[in-house]
Amino acid sequence: MAEKSWLQDFPQMDRGDLIGIRKTLDGAYRSFSREFGDTIEAFFDPLLRFLVWFEQLLLQSPWWLVLGAITAMVWLASRSWKLTTGITLAMVAIGYFGMWDNTMRTLSMITVCTVMAIILGIPIGIFMARSDRVQSTVTPILDVMQTMPAFVYLIPVVMLLGIGKVPGLIAVIIYAIPPVIRLTNLGIRLVDKEVLEAASAYGASSTQRLFGVQLPLAMPTIMAGINQTIMMALAMVVIASMIGVKGLGQPVLKSITNQYFTLGLLNGLAIVALAIMFDRVSQAWAKRSQKHLGGTGHV
Amino acid sequence: MSDSQELIKIQNLYKVFGRKPNAFMDKVRAGISKDELLTQHDHTLGLKDINLTINKGEIFVIMGLSGSGKSTLIRHFNRLIDPTEGQILVDGEDVMSLGKKALEQFRRHKMSMVFQRFGLMPHRTVIDNVAYGLSVQGVPRKERREKAATWLETVGLKGYEEQYPSQLSGGQQQRVGLARALCTDAEILLMDEAFSALDPLIRSEMQDQLIELQAGLHKTIVFITHDLDEALRLGDRIAILKDGELVQVGKPEDILLHPATDYVEAFVKDVNRARALTVETVMQPPLNRITAETICGALEQMKKLPESYGYYVNEDGYQGVVLQETLEQAYEEDADARMCIKVVEPLAAVSCDAVLETVIPDTLETDYHLPVVDEDGGLHGELSRSAVVEVLGTPHRAA
Repeated sequence: MAEKSWLQDFPQMDRGDLIGIRKTLDGAYRSFSREFGDTIEAFFDPLLRFLVWFEQLLLQSPWWLVLGAITAMVWLASRSWKLTTGITLAMVAIGYFGMWDNTMRTLSMITVCTVMAIILGIPIGIFMARSDRVQSTVTPILDVMQTMPAFVYLIPVVMLLGIGKVPGLIAVIIYAIPPVIRLTNLGIRLVDKEVLEAASAYGASSTQRLFGVQLPLAMPTIMAGINQTIMMALAMVVIASMIGVKGLGQPVLKSITNQYFTLGLLNGLAIVALAIMFDRVSQAWAKRSQKHLGGTGHV
Repeated sequence: MSDSQELIKIQNLYKVFGRKPNAFMDKVRAGISKDELLTQHDHTLGLKDINLTINKGEIFVIMGLSGSGKSTLIRHFNRLIDPTEGQILVDGEDVMSLGKKALEQFRRHKMSMVFQRFGLMPHRTVIDNVAYGLSVQGVPRKERREKAATWLETVGLKGYEEQYPSQLSGGQQQRVGLARALCTDAEILLMDEAFSALDPLIRSEMQDQLIELQAGLHKTIVFITHDLDEALRLGDRIAILKDGELVQVGKPEDILLHPATDYVEAFVKDVNRARALTVETVMQPPLNRITAETICGALEQMKKLPESYGYYVNEDGYQGVVLQETLEQAYEEDADARMCIKVVEPLAAVSCDAVLETVIPDTLETDYHLPVVDEDGGLHGELSRSAVVEVLGTPHRAA
């Protein structure tokens, strides 16, 4: 290797040092996962059991019962015949094309992921809204979570927990949780100052302000965040299938490797159908439950 | 005002907004101007050396233009804003010494507040908005809704219970705000530009309603406004605030007739005095009073009077006007006869509470000074046309 000037090439660190760093970090993480892997797995055990239970519930129940339940829920949430009929037809088509079981697996995965993202995300969003310091720490972390390629954080998760449902769940949550956190924070910060002041003036404690004023008024924004979270979770299904999450993602993965165009398209359309169902239903419900929130200032 | 009871007392209150307000307190006390503090030190002078006492049961109006610090001041009463320095006493209790829990209790029971942009909760129905103060206190749902319903009826919104605020007009929304404030039975009512966002007709309707309510409730009301007409109409006493400093505190007629500074004078220049002043503030003491029981005695009294007529007053109060001419005729007929209706000509008296505007036609119709009577019908004063003209003319500063 000829001697090159540092002006031409970026002065690099010694190759040996770099390998050293990698080895040390990898080794440390490997021994960490050997040491604590079982403990952490045990920690996630209840979650796994719930996930399995829910999946089995959807799979073991007769298809017509599940279909009926979905139709009923869509109707209750949206009160729109058009939407309800559309969703039911889509589900019938999914079943007819032989994707029922995989759709049920994905549905259960998405539901559990969304519930977990809400349970974790809303409190984090609340803390962010309450303190500028928390906000300035959490925001860059969320930025990293959203921009870091999903494959990168799949590696440590798989190293720690192996392949299966729980690592898939964690990966999906990491990918999908930022919108609900961000929009909870934003929604609370945007609550009308005078309404909040009124609550304080009548002696409301900070808990009373949070649950009586801030959260209800931030709800439309939070709902938009939840909606985004669901969409992102669905988008993550295919990637999660790479680490053994069963569902609609696996046939898609198989289609990529084997160039099965039709199989890929059908499963892709099933994912789209699920997405439309979640999106329209949650939005219709949000709109219906908050119709009186609009336009308070008009005279 | 020594006979009335002090309820709120504010002493040496200062408020500086900025990153390090305490660092500049010495400069503020030394009298640095608001502009200097802002341009040189990037701090805003909110309030400077405010001293106030507000008595039980009065409507105390704090008036100033936007940026004068009036909204900042009212937020000190319940500590929505903490002062940089100074003391706030309410009913003898030092509000500054209250801890978090005690302050919440204080706000729940002692004061309630009405806001300029109503501050209603859009996700609660009207009745739940009115009951909000009670729900914060932990009053059971049924009880607080019953109470809220009665207050809604009082402000004239019966039937709107289950509507949402966005379905109401501005005036109706502010009625809800008022009902919410009254529903907690707090002794003190803070009203921050409560009627400023309403159109003029609704505003004067709301003012009437407030006056009417106050007549029955006797709350202590601190009312903020930038509208002098509103201040004069509502206020028992008025404080004028300019650039965070109190310029003048006094009764409406003091402010109007004896403005303390050029600033106040400029302020009151455009006021419709005929509408703002009552007869009582303009009238002279009743000189032309005839009280004698006989014609002879009456004529004796009449001769001492500056005018050639007098107002006859007996134990039932004011009766009418008596002319010297008529008396002299009656004297020739029977000097010792008792005074009777024959010699007294009827002349409608005006009430001392009447607004000046309403009595102007009366002063023009008669050649006599108008007799002014009090509530019991007794002669209280007299109102000359020239006095009215003088007051309604160009304002002049008291020497």
